[in-house]
Amino acid sequence: MTLLEIHEPGETPLPHAGEGSLAVGIDLGTTNSVVAIAREGKPAALHDETGKAMVPSVVAYPSSGGVLVGDEARLLMPQEPRNVVASVKRLMGRGAADLHAVAGVLPYEIEPGSGETDMVKLRIAGKARSPVEISAEILKALRKRAEEALDKPVERAVITVPAYFDDAARTATRDAARVAGLEVLRLVNEPTAAALAYGLDKGSEGLYAVYDLGGGTFDFSLLRLEKGVFQVLATGGDTALGGDDFDRAIAERMLAERKKDGLDDQVDEAAVKAALALARHMKEQLSDRDQTSGRLELSGVPSFHALTRAEFDAMIASYIKRTVDIARHVLGDADMTAAEVQGVVLVGGSTRVPLVRAEVAKMLGKAPLTDIDPDEVVALGAALQAEALTGGGDTLLLDVTPLSLGLETMGGIVEKVVPRNTPIPVQLAQDFTTYQDGQTAMVIHVVQGEREMVADCRSLARFELLGIPPMTAGAARIRVSFAVDADGLLTVSAEERTTGVQQRIEVKPSYGLSHDDMADMLYDSLENAEADMTARLLTEAKVEARRSLLALDAALAKDGALLDGSERAELDQGRARLEAAMAGEARDEINAAAEALETLSKPFAERRMDRGIREALAGKSVNELESRVGE
Amino acid sequence: MDHFARLGLPAALDLEPASLDRAYFALQRQWHPDRFVAKPAAERARASAEAAALNDAYRTLKDPLSRAVYLAELKGVEMPGDGKTIDDPELLMEAMEAREELHDAGSTQAVDALAAKVRADMKASLSGLGSLFLAGDKPAIRKALLRLRYLDKFAEEARARRMNLERSTA
Repeated sequence: MTLLEIHEPGETPLPHAGEGSLAVGIDLGTTNSVVAIAREGKPAALHDETGKAMVPSVVAYPSSGGVLVGDEARLLMPQEPRNVVASVKRLMGRGAADLHAVAGVLPYEIEPGSGETDMVKLRIAGKARSPVEISAEILKALRKRAEEALDKPVERAVITVPAYFDDAARTATRDAARVAGLEVLRLVNEPTAAALAYGLDKGSEGLYAVYDLGGGTFDFSLLRLEKGVFQVLATGGDTALGGDDFDRAIAERMLAERKKDGLDDQVDEAAVKAALALARHMKEQLSDRDQTSGRLELSGVPSFHALTRAEFDAMIASYIKRTVDIARHVLGDADMTAAEVQGVVLVGGSTRVPLVRAEVAKMLGKAPLTDIDPDEVVALGAALQAEALTGGGDTLLLDVTPLSLGLETMGGIVEKVVPRNTPIPVQLAQDFTTYQDGQTAMVIHVVQGEREMVADCRSLARFELLGIPPMTAGAARIRVSFAVDADGLLTVSAEERTTGVQQRIEVKPSYGLSHDDMADMLYDSLENAEADMTARLLTEAKVEARRSLLALDAALAKDGALLDGSERAELDQGRARLEAAMAGEARDEINAAAEALETLSKPFAERRMDRGIREALAGKSVNELESRVGE
Repeated sequence: MDHFARLGLPAALDLEPASLDRAYFALQRQWHPDRFVAKPAAERARASAEAAALNDAYRTLKDPLSRAVYLAELKGVEMPGDGKTIDDPELLMEAMEAREELHDAGSTQAVDALAAKVRADMKASLSGLGSLFLAGDKPAIRKALLRLRYLDKFAEEARARRMNLERSTA
C-alpha cells in the first residue's frame, strides 16, 4: 500500500521552467554519459576543456568529503575503491530481489530498500545512498558542463533510457533528474534517439534496425521511417547485458591465471576493480589489433597476461549470440525478415568490438552504418528531440511499450492488458468481475513482463478495490484501465461500474523515491553544496509548491462541496499565504507555508478519501479477497 | 466515435495499409503529446487522450484479423471476449490435433512447414470473409472469426516452438 501514490486523474502537472533556459539532450549511460545541444537542427556534443565529450558514469564520495564525478572519480578508484561507484544505472529501479542479475558486478555493500520504496541502496563512505541519488550526481555534473559551455542556465532536458527499461527504472531516472534540478521534457528510448541522430528521415525511407550494445544494457529496435515520422515497430533487449560482461570475462581469466601460477591473491574490491580496469583496456586494444597483453599488479605482485582476438571472441561469443537471438525475436514480433531491413545503425561503445560488427552484419546481411560516433549518437538524437520539443520541429516519434503490462488473475496467472510493442501513449481497459457471491473487494496486482505466471514477471504495484456493492458472483463490472504516457510511464485505475455506484482510484507505481528519501537527499545536497545550490533548491521548492497548489485546486474544483464555509476560507487563506511566499525568494518560508497548507488540507484530503476509498486503504486481510477474470 | 471514423476511413474489411498509415500519421502529427509540451495541462491531457485513442484505433485496424473482429462486433456479431474460448466442437477437435502435430514436430523445418500451412489457411479464410460480410451471415462470420483467432494463436505457438528448437540445437 505504501508503494502507491494517489493523485488526481489526468493531473500530473509539471510546471514549465523559464523559457529563457536551454534544453539539452542527455545520454545517461551505464559506463559513460554525454550531454549535447541542438541548434537549428544541428546537434553537437558538449566537450570539456580537454575536448572530451564522454563523462565516465562514475561517482566518488572521497573520504575527505565532497562528491566527484567522471574522470576525477575514476582516478580515485585505486586509492578508495569502496567510495567509488560505477555502472549504477544497472541498479536503477531495482529491488533486492532483482540483484541476482547484477551480483558480482558491484562490490559494494548493498542494503535492501525499506519503507516506501523497494529500491536497493549502496553503503558508501558510511552512508546508504540510493541509485537515484548517485545518478543525480552524474546529471548535476552534466548540467554544470552544459551551463559552462553555453553560458546560460540549463533547466530542461530530454534524457534517454534503454528501450527495455521497465516502469520502475524510468521513474527512477525521472526522479534523479528532479534531484539534479532538471525538468524532463521527455524520456526517449536510446535506439529511437540514435535513429533520429542519423537523420534517417532525410531522404531515407523504409525499415531500419538499431543495434545498441552499451556497457550494461542491450537494445534492439526496428523502426519504420517515412516522411519525418519515426515509427518504432518493435523493440526488445536485456537490461543486464553489455560490455561490462566482456570486461568481467577477461578479468576473471586473469585472476584465474594468477591462481594457476600459484599466486595467493586476496581478491578484494581493489583487486577486482584493478583487474576490471586492465581488462577494459585490453578489450579496447583488441578492437584494432589481433593480440594484446597487460600487466596486473595486485598487492605489489605483478603478473603478465596475453590475450588474442580469437581467444577474446571465444569468451564473448555467448553474449553476442544472446543479442542476435533477441534481435531475431524482435524481427519476428514485427513480422519482418532480415532481408527487409534496409540499414542497421550501431550504438554504444561495445559495438566497436569487431566480433559484434561481424555478427550483426552476418545476421542482417549488410554492413552496419557507423559514420556517427557510437558513443555520442544517442545524446545527439536526444538533443535534436529536445530542440524539437521546445522550438517545434517537424519530426514525429511514435514509440511503443517495450514490455507487456497486465494483472494477476486467479491462480497467479497474468492477464495481459497492454501487449508489448503497443504504440504509446495508450489507454486500454479490461473488465473484471467478482468471484464469490457478496464479494465486496478485489485485489489488483499490476505486473510487467512477457511470462504467463505472475511469479516470473515484475511486480509493479498492488492495491485493493473495496466497497464493491454485494451482488452475485460475476455480476459486478470492475473496469481496470492502464494508461501509458509518452514517457512510457504507467498509471493504473480501477472503477466499479455497476448499480450507478462509481469509484475510482488512481495508482501510480512508485518504485522511485520515497518522500523521505527525496527530502534527505535535498538536505544532503544542501550540506555539500556550492553557492548555486541554494538557488536550485529555491526553484525546486517553488516547483513543488506550484505542484501542490495545482493539485489542491483540482481537488477543490471537484470536491469543494465537502467543505463548509469556514473550512474553505481557512484553506483559501493558507493558499494565499503560500502564493505570497512563492513570490519571494525565501525557500524556508515557501516550504513552511507549503507544509502549513498541507496540514490544513489534510482533513479535506481524508474526507475525499472517505468518499469511497477509505476502506481500500484500511488494509483488510488479503485472504478474504479474491479476484478473477470475467469469463 | 468508432475506430474507422476516428481515422476518417470507411468502415470496411479491406483497407489499404498505406492509406491507414497516412491517416494515422497525419492525425498523430496533430495530436501527439510531443506537440503539446509547452501547452497548459488541460490541453496536454486532451492531446494525450486523443493520441491514445488514435493509437488504439490504429492498432485495432492495422492487423487484418483484429480489424475483421472489430468490424464484426460493430455489425452486431457477438464474439467471446477473452479470445481464448472455443465453443465449436469441430474446431476444438481440429485445434487438439494440430497442437499434437506441433508438439511432435522435432525440427525447425517441420515447424516451418506447419506454420506455412497455417498462414496459407489464414490467408484463404481472411479473403473468404468478404462474401460472408456481404451476405450479413452473422453465425457464419462468428464461426470463421473464431477459427481465424485460433489459427493466429497457433501461428504464435509455432513461433515459440521454433525459437525453443533453435535455442536447444544451437
